[in-house]
Amino acid sequence: MDMRRPPRTVSDPKVRQVGFVTPSAAPPTRSLSDAPTTVAAAVAASAASASSPPSGEISLPGSSLSPVMIPPPRHASSDGRPSAPVAVPNPASSLRRDSLRIRVGSYNASEVVLGTPPSASPSSRTDNAASEFSDETMSPWHGRSGTAKAASSFPGSSSEMIVMKTGVGGGGGAGSTPKSPLTTASVVKTLPGISEKEREVLMGTQNDGAGASKTLKEKTTKAERRALQEAQRAAKAAAKEAGAGVKPSTASGSAVVANTKQGKVVKPPPQKKDGPQIAPPSGSSEKKVVDRPPEKDRKKDVPAPRMQFDDKHRVEKAKRRAVVNQFEAKNRVELFRHLPQYIHGTQLPDLEGKFFQLDPMHPSVYKVGLQYLSGQISGSNARCIAMLLAFREAIRDYSTPPEKALVRDLTAKISSYVSFLIECRPLSISMGNTIKFLKNRIAKLPDTMSESEAKSSLQSDIDRFINEKIVIADKVIIRHAVTKIRDGDVLLTYGLSSVVEMILVYAHEVGKQFRVVIVDSRPKLEGQVLLHRLVAKGLNCTYTHINAISYIMHEVTRVFLGAASVLSNGTVYSRVGTACVAMVANAFRVPVLICCEAYKFHERVQLDSICSNELGDPDVISRVSGRQDLNHLDNWADNENLQLLNLSYDATPSDYVSMIITDYGMLPPSSVPVIVREYRRENLWI
Amino acid sequence: MDPNPKPNHGISAYYQTREEHHAIISGDWLSQAQAAAAAGHPPERPPASAAALSAASKPFSVIDEFNHWRRKPDLAEAVAAIMALVAGIRSSDAATMMELEIELKKASDALKSWDTTSISLSAGCDLFMRYVTRTSALEYEDFHAGKLRLIERGEKFGEISLKARRTIAMLGQDFIFDGCTILVHGFSRVVFEVLQLAASNRKLFRVFCTEGRPDKTGLRLSKELATLGIPVKLLIDSAVAYAMDEVDMVLVGADGVVESGGIINMMGTYQIALVAHSMNKPVYVAAESYKFARLYPLDQKDLEPALRPIEFGVPIPAGVEIEKSARDYTPPQYLTLLFTDLGVLTPSVVSDELIQLYL
Repeated sequence: MDMRRPPRTVSDPKVRQVGFVTPSAAPPTRSLSDAPTTVAAAVAASAASASSPPSGEISLPGSSLSPVMIPPPRHASSDGRPSAPVAVPNPASSLRRDSLRIRVGSYNASEVVLGTPPSASPSSRTDNAASEFSDETMSPWHGRSGTAKAASSFPGSSSEMIVMKTGVGGGGGAGSTPKSPLTTASVVKTLPGISEKEREVLMGTQNDGAGASKTLKEKTTKAERRALQEAQRAAKAAAKEAGAGVKPSTASGSAVVANTKQGKVVKPPPQKKDGPQIAPPSGSSEKKVVDRPPEKDRKKDVPAPRMQFDDKHRVEKAKRRAVVNQFEAKNRVELFRHLPQYIHGTQLPDLEGKFFQLDPMHPSVYKVGLQYLSGQISGSNARCIAMLLAFREAIRDYSTPPEKALVRDLTAKISSYVSFLIECRPLSISMGNTIKFLKNRIAKLPDTMSESEAKSSLQSDIDRFINEKIVIADKVIIRHAVTKIRDGDVLLTYGLSSVVEMILVYAHEVGKQFRVVIVDSRPKLEGQVLLHRLVAKGLNCTYTHINAISYIMHEVTRVFLGAASVLSNGTVYSRVGTACVAMVANAFRVPVLICCEAYKFHERVQLDSICSNELGDPDVISRVSGRQDLNHLDNWADNENLQLLNLSYDATPSDYVSMIITDYGMLPPSSVPVIVREYRRENLWI
Repeated sequence: MDPNPKPNHGISAYYQTREEHHAIISGDWLSQAQAAAAAGHPPERPPASAAALSAASKPFSVIDEFNHWRRKPDLAEAVAAIMALVAGIRSSDAATMMELEIELKKASDALKSWDTTSISLSAGCDLFMRYVTRTSALEYEDFHAGKLRLIERGEKFGEISLKARRTIAMLGQDFIFDGCTILVHGFSRVVFEVLQLAASNRKLFRVFCTEGRPDKTGLRLSKELATLGIPVKLLIDSAVAYAMDEVDMVLVGADGVVESGGIINMMGTYQIALVAHSMNKPVYVAAESYKFARLYPLDQKDLEPALRPIEFGVPIPAGVEIEKSARDYTPPQYLTLLFTDLGVLTPSVVSDELIQLYL
């Protein structure tokens, strides 16, 4: 019956847009002469779309935005303001303060596991269009010559947007560009001689369009700036030789001059003749400039890139605004320099002392922040619920200051809370989605609503979110998952996932006969918590460490795993070790079932565990409790050659996942983008 | 006698009628095949058919109605289910849409529990129920108009299912090129229609038919293809790997298409797909969209087994077990494309369509 919509042309990309799609998605049809630009571009292009020829789009200046750079959750683009420390006591009731005190007092310092970054307040993040990280991923030759001219030919103000846009547009495949940590090191080491300021000044003087340069220099990546310098150097050289026109390089050199000069004033015409290295980027970027819709619209659909912690300049800035004092770890792991790495255990006492200075912070938010910091609350559902309840309380106690609008002021307030929470512990993806939901609700409040009505409506929204997206979603997941458990099954789970625990308990309650294998790993040993609870309920359990996974997998019939997030390419982002378990299960042909509420789905695509992750305290992996004799790593921080890496999450490729169980039913991993597409658009989902 | 006889134990009801439709041949297969072709259908065996004849005198039973429709050879199982449900609407004396919906729900549950092994039956019921709830959500000026509309839609469904087959044939025949060799397994009306259309478009191709034990559906297909003038070669089921070198593509039908994009089909499809996959031959599936089911089997045993008798020709020694399962599950990674009336889909799009339909 034709109750379905008319059969669509399935292959039509306009209908089947999934993930990051730029409004004017039609890729510029480029001549194949663009192909020889760079190897990296070709690789990226072929990864992006196996069918289409390597188009110049990927080798645009946009590609100088690191391919691994992944747009952060949208909440990050909010307009948070750093909370300025003001020495006015908190107006909270003494009762609440007491209770908080008690909690804090009972906190055990040894429990500190997770560090906290002074992450940039969101406002600073938005203008970080380009990050230092981009240098690393480019082939040096490409970075120096190819991109520079394009960058210089932009009107300064719009260059940022173009960079971001193209980066996202090519996003699908861009991540696969070979990335070499070696270049990273070298690039980083060559720079420190010149300070950021000096270089900018240098550039400013070199630029002939002085007016535009001011904005330009802030908005280009280092790579671009460096490339620009070189271009200008080349241009000068070319200018000297201009009259004679002897050298073969001159042609391209003078073209560059023209480019750089024109660029500030008018958009130069596409310069395809410039030479193989120059033409493709500038030519296609031109097209971009023309084709794109006005900048305001674009800004909305491009998420700001996340803070990269290897950008010293930016980190300094962020530090000045931070509430929490943190000290950078000494031996930072080279490959993970873009992630915050701090000495753990120092923040809490400091933060405790500041309690009375943090005026704008609501006590309940403050409490939750401390609990994140101390690791008392962990697990993405628990963190999410705790945050929502804290916000709920904050909204209840909120009153609009005179001469301010509730919608604006409350959004700013929430943003400041969020940036405080980020300082305590980086946000999880689920929390990002939740914050986005809340802000959306605030923004959609009708103007006519009175303050008390607005507040109560927001509170009920929060309750509804917790109930529908987490509590009921879990129930649906449990109901689905139990249908996949047969009598005589041996179920394996890894670590501690709240929803997997509920599934196992429920299946036991309905009388299924099965055995559970709990696999655990150092340093968190969360599996012991699960083991304790399940054994108390009378389930038949086996406990082992991840080292024994290949042995134990023989007898297993199903693997149930939780997830911190599922990304739109089906990649499961979860507690570190999950990928290993899934891989072994796949090798043994054991089905892997991921249980994850749909509010944790995210449209981002991630290919590895490097570009976005969280680093734990390296000390906890160097020490083994109860083993005093294992003291070889006692003073590891003094050894410059030693870096300890304690990753918190990893990414499981979708190949190893048989099924994802969500509140929308049991789906193959390839259907995650469908859920994201269908339910985000209609606002049913978040 | 029980008005709604349960299908024989050990034999899935679905395969009872399949036998009728597909003219079972056993023993001296050639002579009997000819006899079956001459007689149209072998004498009716299932007890259900007797009940269907007397259905008019008795209070309405959706299962009788279903069995009545099911015995029409050109009608798919899902269509028969919807016809039965439409008959249920017609004979219903519900006064409101809500009441009608509840009645229908009961009827479809009865149908589904009557034969739990048939995927297209439950998919058809789900599809129709989905349609009813969507329609009832619409504003109708009065209940009778809505009811009539439902009946009309349901009756059109048979037509739509035929149209779907034609659409699939149109899409599928593009994949058949001159000089290619196609391996088919079992008898599928859709596959037959694809081949028929390709032949009528003067494409020159060759078909390998597997024998399709135990009900030997391959014999019937080979006979019908031969009458169309298509060169056919008959293989025993175990000769698939032997013949795969010569094959350019595998074309199979499906009993059901599940959410993962895999298919549930006659026993032997999985191993053909595995062999084809290992030799890098494309595996195409022709299936109507009403066979899409919200099921997600993780492995072969994760399905309700549909059993059927197997004739070995010799007495089975005592103490020997027989695998009676009639179908297997082919995971999506071994399938290349699905030809459906929604278009040519990759396996992963099936879930997309199901989500849009049911959520």
